[in-house]
Amino acid sequence: MKANELDQIRSVIKTNKRADLIFALAGFLALMVGVMAFITLFGEMVANGWERINPDFFTSFPSRRAANAGILSAWVGSLLVMLVTALSAIPLGIAAGVYLEEYAPKNWMTDLIEINVTNLAGVPSIVYGLLALGVFVYTFGFGQSILTAGLTLGLLILPVVIVSTREALRAIPIHIREGAYGVGATQWQVVSDHLVPYATPGIMTGVIIGMSRAIGETAPIITIGALTFIAFLPPSPVTDTVPFLNFEWLFSGFTVMPIQMFNWTSRPEEAFQQNAAAAGLILVLMTLMMNAIAIWLRYRLRKSISW
Amino acid sequence: MSVVNKVLVTVAGFAVMSASHADSIIKIDGSSTVYPVTEAVAEDFQKAQKGAVKVTVGISGTGGGFKKFCRGETDISDASRPILKKEMEDCAKAGIKYYELPVAFDALTVVVNPKSKITQLTVEQLKTMWEPAAQGKVTNWKQVDPSFADAPLKLFGAGSDSGTFDYFTEAVTGKAKSSRGDYTASEDDNVLVQGVSRDVNALGYFGYAYYYENKAKLKAVAIVNSKGKAVLPSEQTVIDGSYNPMARPIFIYVNEKSLERPEVRQFVEFYMKNGSKLASEVKYVPLPAKAYQGNLEHLSKKKLGTVFGGEAEVGVTIETLLAREAKL
Repeated sequence: MKANELDQIRSVIKTNKRADLIFALAGFLALMVGVMAFITLFGEMVANGWERINPDFFTSFPSRRAANAGILSAWVGSLLVMLVTALSAIPLGIAAGVYLEEYAPKNWMTDLIEINVTNLAGVPSIVYGLLALGVFVYTFGFGQSILTAGLTLGLLILPVVIVSTREALRAIPIHIREGAYGVGATQWQVVSDHLVPYATPGIMTGVIIGMSRAIGETAPIITIGALTFIAFLPPSPVTDTVPFLNFEWLFSGFTVMPIQMFNWTSRPEEAFQQNAAAAGLILVLMTLMMNAIAIWLRYRLRKSISW
Repeated sequence: MSVVNKVLVTVAGFAVMSASHADSIIKIDGSSTVYPVTEAVAEDFQKAQKGAVKVTVGISGTGGGFKKFCRGETDISDASRPILKKEMEDCAKAGIKYYELPVAFDALTVVVNPKSKITQLTVEQLKTMWEPAAQGKVTNWKQVDPSFADAPLKLFGAGSDSGTFDYFTEAVTGKAKSSRGDYTASEDDNVLVQGVSRDVNALGYFGYAYYYENKAKLKAVAIVNSKGKAVLPSEQTVIDGSYNPMARPIFIYVNEKSLERPEVRQFVEFYMKNGSKLASEVKYVPLPAKAYQGNLEHLSKKKLGTVFGGEAEVGVTIETLLAREAKL
């Protein structure tokens, strides 16, 4: 090999390595834009709201005096709405996803449904709010209740759950299916004993992404008529008399965290801005906690799968 | 109760729908301007009742509130302007009769940056700035009055969905909702406060409470009233009627049927007894004591309806309101 050829090769390698470095840097910067924006916002909320966070903040109802105002009705409302959302969206979403992936015949009807489901994930949330106002509030007569809000947010995250269920099912190696069919399992046995359990970690990811989006939603909740001032809690879901369960809370009025925050930010008194920051901080922590639980569950479920 | 609802209840087996309705919940909705006063009353009322009566207050705006009120969904409607013809018709169609009770005054406050030289303005000058014809043309303080500084005019005002916007435009241009469009509009008054406090050449308007809480960052402009006197907004000038035409009464509308429920009557009486104290606490101007008394008399004498006849009006004093005959 001649010396000048070697130089040529070296310079090519050098150029390529530079390109590598430049891309890595650009990628890192792109990542930092998002991360820094979050850290700045989160840091500001912590700085502004930290002082307000004490046990009373969680156990007090809203008040006209900033120092006495708390988020009791808001966080209870958010939790109950999320409960209804999870109970409605998860079973429906998984069932729909399994059907589309495993049972549905491959024809134009299925294609049409597929396209629709994917598009639904991009529909602005206010549209779901308007739909819910017409369907749940007036046609079904559920009123401006926790049930309505939960079902609305359930609809909102349904496409996300369906899509992630399908993705998770597709990621399961074909051999699992073929092996199961090979030993004579029926389709239902394959789905219920193998596919859904193996897909659960992936489905969970979708559910959590959906729920995290839903808990911060304000527009559809305002559209269906959530309240701003509510200084009492919905009836307790658990009672001390037979049958120990009570469904009255489903029809109760409610408020949620984002609405409480929004109300506080638009107040004239400076002190309420602090409350809003504190409520925002709690809302972010609630989301992080939901994510943490999901990651933990996913980890445990993955460990129990042995292929 | 619809069919689907029935099915749901049956499935649930024991969800007691009727209980959640017959519960003593007082439902209030409507204007965001009236909200602070009603919220204060609701808070104290629930404390006084030791939680026996539940009160909910929503913010749907005056118009949105009346829509729900005239469908019978709420017991009381907060309103920052009198009920309009269209809304009266809706209520009449649904067979809903109501009492109109003024509960406090809000003084629309025109503010400038503390560094600004402006101290007083006439309604004419405000009109020059805000009328639709000014759009794109009146962009300098000098055009408003030759004696003003040669500086760009930066305007901040309420968004077109608010009752504040309706009232200000009515008072300044003589026609509700008639305003130039090229100004910084926001439904969130804190945005306007920030805007005016950061720009020497800015002028904005919003409710008195927002000025009061941000006194250090803003300067209120005295408005030349119908008698030719420049008057600053304050409790005194609003009550004696000299701060006109920018002071406006705010109302609650009470459904006659709801008022038959003892807890609603108690709530309204509590509102009238404590309204004065609570209104000043949230930086609104309370009505004179005899006005709250007058309201209670209207209830006992069953004076149903509105005294405005569905028309927008500016600069009405509380005495005139109370003396007028209400009509449905």
